[in-house]
Amino acid sequence: MRSFTYERARTPAEAAASAMRKPDAKFIAGGTNLLDLMKLEIETPAHLIDVNGLALDKIEPTQEGGLRIGALVRNTDLAADTRVRRDYGVLSRALLAGASGQLRNMATTAGNLLQRTRCPYFYDTNQSCNKRKPGSGCAAIGGFSRQHAVVGASEACIATHPSDMAVAMRALDATVETVRPDGATRTIPIAEFYRLPGDTPHIETTLMPGDLITAVTLPKPVGGKQIYRKVRDRASYAFALVSVAAIVQRDGTGRVALGGVAHKPWRVEAAEAQMPNGAKAVAARLLADARPTRENAFKLALAERTLGAVLAEAKG
Amino acid sequence: MRFETPATINPIDQLKVVGKPADRIDGPLKTTGTARYAYEHHEGISNPAYGYVIGSAIAKGRITGIDLAAAKSAPGVRAIVTADNAGKLGKGDRNTAKLLGGPDIEHYHQAIALVVADTFEQARAAAELVRVDYVRTDGAFDLAAAKDIAKPQAVFGGPADTAVGDFADAFAAAPVQLDASYTTPDQAHAMMEPHASIAAWNGDKLTLWTSNQMIAWGVGEVAKTLDIPKENVRLISPFIGGGFGSKLFVRSDALLAALGARATGRPVKVALPRPFVFNNTTHRPATIQRIRIGAARDGKISAIGHEEWSGNLPGGRPEGAVAQTRLLYAGANRMTATRLAELNLPEGNAMRAPGEASGMMALEIAVDEMAERLGMDPIEFRIINDTQVDPEKPERPFSQRRLTECLRTGAERFGWNKRNPQPGGVRDGRWLVGMGVAAAFRNNLLTKSAARVRLDNNGVVTVETDMTDIGTGSYTIIAQTAAEMMGVPMEKVVVRLGDSTFPVSSGSGGQWGGNNSTAGVYAACVKLRESIAQKLGFNSAEAEFADGEVRSGNRRVPLAQAAGDGGLSAEDGIEYGDIDKKYQQSTFGAHFVEVGVDAATAEIRVRRMLAVCAAGRILNPKTARSQVIGAMTMGVGAALMEELVVDERAGFFVNHDLAGYEVPVHADIPHQDMIFLDETDPMSSPMKAKGVAELGICGVAAAVANAVYNATGVRVRDYPITLDKLLERLPNVG
Repeated sequence: MRSFTYERARTPAEAAASAMRKPDAKFIAGGTNLLDLMKLEIETPAHLIDVNGLALDKIEPTQEGGLRIGALVRNTDLAADTRVRRDYGVLSRALLAGASGQLRNMATTAGNLLQRTRCPYFYDTNQSCNKRKPGSGCAAIGGFSRQHAVVGASEACIATHPSDMAVAMRALDATVETVRPDGATRTIPIAEFYRLPGDTPHIETTLMPGDLITAVTLPKPVGGKQIYRKVRDRASYAFALVSVAAIVQRDGTGRVALGGVAHKPWRVEAAEAQMPNGAKAVAARLLADARPTRENAFKLALAERTLGAVLAEAKG
Repeated sequence: MRFETPATINPIDQLKVVGKPADRIDGPLKTTGTARYAYEHHEGISNPAYGYVIGSAIAKGRITGIDLAAAKSAPGVRAIVTADNAGKLGKGDRNTAKLLGGPDIEHYHQAIALVVADTFEQARAAAELVRVDYVRTDGAFDLAAAKDIAKPQAVFGGPADTAVGDFADAFAAAPVQLDASYTTPDQAHAMMEPHASIAAWNGDKLTLWTSNQMIAWGVGEVAKTLDIPKENVRLISPFIGGGFGSKLFVRSDALLAALGARATGRPVKVALPRPFVFNNTTHRPATIQRIRIGAARDGKISAIGHEEWSGNLPGGRPEGAVAQTRLLYAGANRMTATRLAELNLPEGNAMRAPGEASGMMALEIAVDEMAERLGMDPIEFRIINDTQVDPEKPERPFSQRRLTECLRTGAERFGWNKRNPQPGGVRDGRWLVGMGVAAAFRNNLLTKSAARVRLDNNGVVTVETDMTDIGTGSYTIIAQTAAEMMGVPMEKVVVRLGDSTFPVSSGSGGQWGGNNSTAGVYAACVKLRESIAQKLGFNSAEAEFADGEVRSGNRRVPLAQAAGDGGLSAEDGIEYGDIDKKYQQSTFGAHFVEVGVDAATAEIRVRRMLAVCAAGRILNPKTARSQVIGAMTMGVGAALMEELVVDERAGFFVNHDLAGYEVPVHADIPHQDMIFLDETDPMSSPMKAKGVAELGICGVAAAVANAVYNATGVRVRDYPITLDKLLERLPNVG
């Protein structure tokens, strides 16, 4: 771990301004991912801006009938919120499928969105990784890639995004609210929040320097059966091989997003038109451009079968 | 004390204390966080410095330059140890690769330097500033590719090839045959406490607080590596946060702490970071196994053959996966073969039940497959081929062998009669449900072990032995043994372990610790009883030790009084004759597993497990049960998730942390039950006990595999059994 300076920000705009002034700065909230990465010198911020005191820990109704979730709301609290459990069941279930009780107690809503990939080559600084060290190459391509992306990947990176929460947020059409250093705010639909790796896999979101996430907003509830199904080798405390976030209405229409298959939560609105036609049709459209490795080709069949189980559960 | 003939009645048979489910006497220390582990000894260690290990970034090749300049001038740095400046170092006999590498590199993450600084954080930060240049050379990292050039290699005292009768002819003539190949992956011990040491020099004498299962071995290895007399090395290892074989041998933390302390003149603390443990230390080597079984239609085996291929660094040993096949089932015509390939992966070495755990993973699937070909129940097939004698030497009986009773008891308790022999035939909601069985088998090993016992004028008995407690319960069973022998309650016994100034014990490994170390304490107590009787003028053969007194005829003397102000002490150990040559000593069991396989996703979840074990006298049913259910859990890991994944280009284990190397979590282990058959084995020692901790893992993974087959009809012969290996062959859903 490199030496760093540290400050406690007093207002969101002040935190954003501080980040703008110091290009090597990082915000820190729960620290469940950043601290590990700093110890391994995968992240080497020169300055940490602690945002824990910014009072962004409330869940409030919006005028539109949705919920505004403060950036600092802990995963445990968000999953347990009665409004979330009632109206956004897919989100609560996704949160509880992730990490462990201890980690969920610390991890925040914004931090969860911004967690880095768990690609083992990203974690081993002896190995080449374009995400960790742009231009160094991708050791995962041609290496151990069972966990990796099957769709939307590039010649530069085949990493996946590890979050469960973000997959549910994608299915719910959440929006990310940020504050700029000048105090201005902007809202980013989650569909536009994550980037595909392309040839710049180290740039993972559309946040701009200095942007501080202040909240994630959910639109008004859409009802339907809300299911989050996470498939993994062990029963708990493991990242998804494939996950499905689904919202299914009585007439069979709805939304689905996949986790564990891409550099971001994977949702193709055109595929959802196929929902009344069954899982095979939906999966075919969702994964039409898939280019799996030999080791992770099983994810295509797994995604289709999991989708089938989820749609059957929604019907039953 | 020589143990040459079967044990007769002795004070242990009273079973007033031994055999009771006593709580761990070290439990309160552990639950209150006051048990000091290797990295946590603060008293008497003033002003320690902290070492951070740097590992090789390549698997094979040579260091052409190390630039230490930036690191040396970093804040707090006191010394940087490398092979260049460490002085001449020897190499211990028990490890294959050098613990401090350079300029030649033998494996990935081989230690090449230690940065010592005033704080841990300074040492870690400075370590990142060290620049190393390498020249890579090609290595061999793929066992399957190296299989055909693997060479015969003896293992664990057995020859590379064994043959009885005429296997080839008998197999060819057998009306029912199986010829199948299986693979097991490289596995990691994944113990909670990483390897850690504190080293301090006092003149030319070295003290190492470390985490080590085998104290006397460690002393010898450290002395040899540093080229100093053994007398100048003291190892202290009172508590160990799990070992499973990874701490049988001194590792880089201990050597580098000693070198760092020598370089700085200060005590130095070194713990291996978790992502470093997997490639720096040892692992259970992967195997390829071929098993051939031939049988008559009545199920009697006429031919059984087991071949193993594994790989290791030059000079390393094979896994030893064929050992149990020489002993487990009858059959007149037999062969085994052990082949070893040179690989440049990290060092393969012992992990819980080395050899047998891997061998049983394959053999007990093969037996299940053979039973199916014969149209027999897999339990009946095993029972038909049970034997009470060494199948290679029929004149040599087993000391105790109750495999059949384990199988029958387990079948009854588990509800085996409810198993549908037709695979894929049972459905419970979304789950395909199946049951599997496997035999458990692990040899019982005899090895000498000594202890010192003191009685003081408060009637307190203190036991000292360099035996270790790796979480197994050694403290407790040793206290029970001394309490039984001296006729005092356990509260009157103090047990001190894990210090090389104490008499040399069996140590902990190979499931030999429980029986041998308590037998050594027994021997020392017999001697102490004699000296107490002698002091009091009692006939030692007639003296009775009970309720804190020594009694003979009408005389009763409290032990405290007998000890007198000076106290009394005795030292002795157990040594064995050739009783284990005349009788084969093994432990037996049966594992039963029910699994559910998700019909859509092929996720496999264990629903319930049962083990029935026959392993001699159970010294403490509570700690023994913990050993077995822990081993069953580890077996589930081996069956379903554990695999060190080899990057065959760069030659290292890729998933080298506990996020990537998955072991079972609580949610994976819903219900475990276990039964010990009531047994004593007078051939094993005066304790009449045997080991259980490795028996518990042998066969578990195959029972899971057989249950998965029963649930789905898909036979997977390559561990771990993950959903991707089932998915393509499961019926379509939805």
